[in-house]
Amino acid sequence: MESTSQLFGLNPLPDQLVVALAGNPNTGKSTVFNALTGLNQHTGNWPGKTVLRAEGSFMHRDKKILLVDLPGTYSLLATSADEQTARDFICLGRPQATVVVADATCLERNLNLALQVMEISSRVVVCVNLMDEARRRGIRVDVEALSSELGAPCIATAARDGLGLDKLKDAILDMAAGITDTSPRQVSYEPHVEQAAAQLEARIRPFLPGWANCRWVALRLLEGDSGIIRAICSSLDDDSEKVFLKEGAAAWAR
Amino acid sequence: MGTLNPTHTSFLSGIDQEITPQEKQEMRDSIVGSIYSCAEAIAERVINHEQNYKSELDRKIDNVVTSRLLGIPIMLALLGAVLWLTVTGANYPSQALAALLFRIQDQLTTLFTLAGAPAWLHGVLVLGMYRGLAWVVSVMLPPMAIFFPLFTLLEDLGYLPRVAFNLDRCFKKACAHGKQALTMCMGFGCNAAGVISCRIIESPRERLIAILTNNFVPCNGRFPTLITLSMIFMGGLAASAYGAAAATAVVVSLVLVGVMITLLISWLLSKTILKGVPSFFTLELPPYRKPKVGSILIRSLLDRTIFVLGRAVMVAAPAGAVTWILANIYIGDMSVIAHLAGWLDPFGRLLGLDGIILMAFILGLPANEIVLPIMIMSYLSSGTMLELDSLHALRALLADNGWTWLTALCMMLFSLLHYPCGTTILTIYKETKSIKWTVLSVLMPLGTAILITLIAAQLASLF
Repeated sequence: MESTSQLFGLNPLPDQLVVALAGNPNTGKSTVFNALTGLNQHTGNWPGKTVLRAEGSFMHRDKKILLVDLPGTYSLLATSADEQTARDFICLGRPQATVVVADATCLERNLNLALQVMEISSRVVVCVNLMDEARRRGIRVDVEALSSELGAPCIATAARDGLGLDKLKDAILDMAAGITDTSPRQVSYEPHVEQAAAQLEARIRPFLPGWANCRWVALRLLEGDSGIIRAICSSLDDDSEKVFLKEGAAAWAR
Repeated sequence: MGTLNPTHTSFLSGIDQEITPQEKQEMRDSIVGSIYSCAEAIAERVINHEQNYKSELDRKIDNVVTSRLLGIPIMLALLGAVLWLTVTGANYPSQALAALLFRIQDQLTTLFTLAGAPAWLHGVLVLGMYRGLAWVVSVMLPPMAIFFPLFTLLEDLGYLPRVAFNLDRCFKKACAHGKQALTMCMGFGCNAAGVISCRIIESPRERLIAILTNNFVPCNGRFPTLITLSMIFMGGLAASAYGAAAATAVVVSLVLVGVMITLLISWLLSKTILKGVPSFFTLELPPYRKPKVGSILIRSLLDRTIFVLGRAVMVAAPAGAVTWILANIYIGDMSVIAHLAGWLDPFGRLLGLDGIILMAFILGLPANEIVLPIMIMSYLSSGTMLELDSLHALRALLADNGWTWLTALCMMLFSLLHYPCGTTILTIYKETKSIKWTVLSVLMPLGTAILITLIAAQLASLF
């Protein structure tokens, strides 16, 4: 399926990889954004929303990358305009990779968001920022172990001092270019939730051609997130609408 | 963007309708729970905590000051300590200031007499403007100069987020947003600032509730009135330790009444015109910081004390002149003030107040700081000349005008609950962009204030 970044008012160059930057508030997300993009930024609003958006571009190993700064959120449960914006972009904007900036001093809370992002997209890089601050407070984060726990590359950084940014750029590029193999960790839910989700997933899969994360959509339907229905419907382009109509009609007829 | 596809929508919303709201809520709770415990398990495996003195200490302090059992009592004790220091400390500088300022008034009078100035000019400038200003400064400055630095100290330590944490449960029960505890704390500084801070609340419903009820906590402009009146009438001029404690207890109780009315009205609003359920939010407790004495003094004295006093002086000076003129223009055999006050008096009596107090509240709409000064000036202008030595004189003046502890209590309650000041009303209009909500934000507190003072006054008259 084609990139739907245009839906969000983005106009990436043909050879530009689109990468989203997510993270909790106060994790140094903006510092990471500034450190990666330097002065090549511009700001605006998300279409139809009063949520501020910054986007910037940078080159790494001769590849062009467009980095989109998502609003800082604690979760993607869509209880606020910020969370909705971040979720819709990761889910429907289909960035080639998503970076989750996490605060090493309170990793647990930040992992909640990382796990939720990884349910939507398999192309996730976790940037464990504020490592210097954590060390000062006597907190040691085993980034290697975290990478294998999450099944996604985790990079330790101290963005204020520019530490670890080259490694982060490597990881972003490898992920966005599809070089990295990923097996993102999926949260296992209670048996009755898993069962209901699996049943629902089987029902909706035919209606969402080209969607890798039907399980995630099923879970959202289970918890009654009606916003996602509208978001998905409005994102369907003509082609998939035709497929949908055909298959949908057939399914209803059965 | 594609238009909504009716078939697609009906398919997905068909599924949506198969699931009952209760099932959805259970699913959501279970899903969120699983995500959190997964994150917790991973974090436990990859993080290694070294013993760290500072963060350990922070955690231990937080375990005490935000505990279910001790959180709220500690909060009240801290508020009590701040107010007690204010009440006991403010008395002496207040007397010294008053003595100094009124000596200057005598000299000004001598100067005017020597220069052969007409009596009306002396009246407007010295008896009206200068005397009004002197009252404002000597009565309001000392409590503010003690209260604001102490309050800023608590703010600087990082205590306010803990207050919000403690109160979160109460606001949830009132069907309001937990962040309203924070906007309420801002309101203690200034209600206009409190109303602006309501922007941190995402949901429009809960934001409106927070805006409409922000006025129920006393702002900087009203704290001095509450402190002064409770010192005079409940604390026996704070001459003894017992008196100071009594005055402190009264102000703490008034703040509590304000918070309870905030919760009650929030609850009523969310059960009637602003129906809905409270939404989730995450509150970060920042580490405690070592307060910087210099910046506390500068911020509290310049930004708050001088700002509030400046506003009071700016409005009190012309108000003093206007009040003097009104008191000295006679229609028939009574001054304009006496006419106005007389007209308002029956209603005032019903609320345990009098006509002059009500008139002061009406004229004090631009700024709460000047309600007390206008009242004092109106009493002074009605002829009684006094040897003015601050609180003792104020007590005598008020007692001469028929004040009892009940009058003071009703005045304090009315001050606590009545409509917000002009600046705040303007801010509410700018934030809500709605005349309807702005009008409600004036009428609702006014109604509450009238009702509560009426009940207090009528109950007391039964005994």
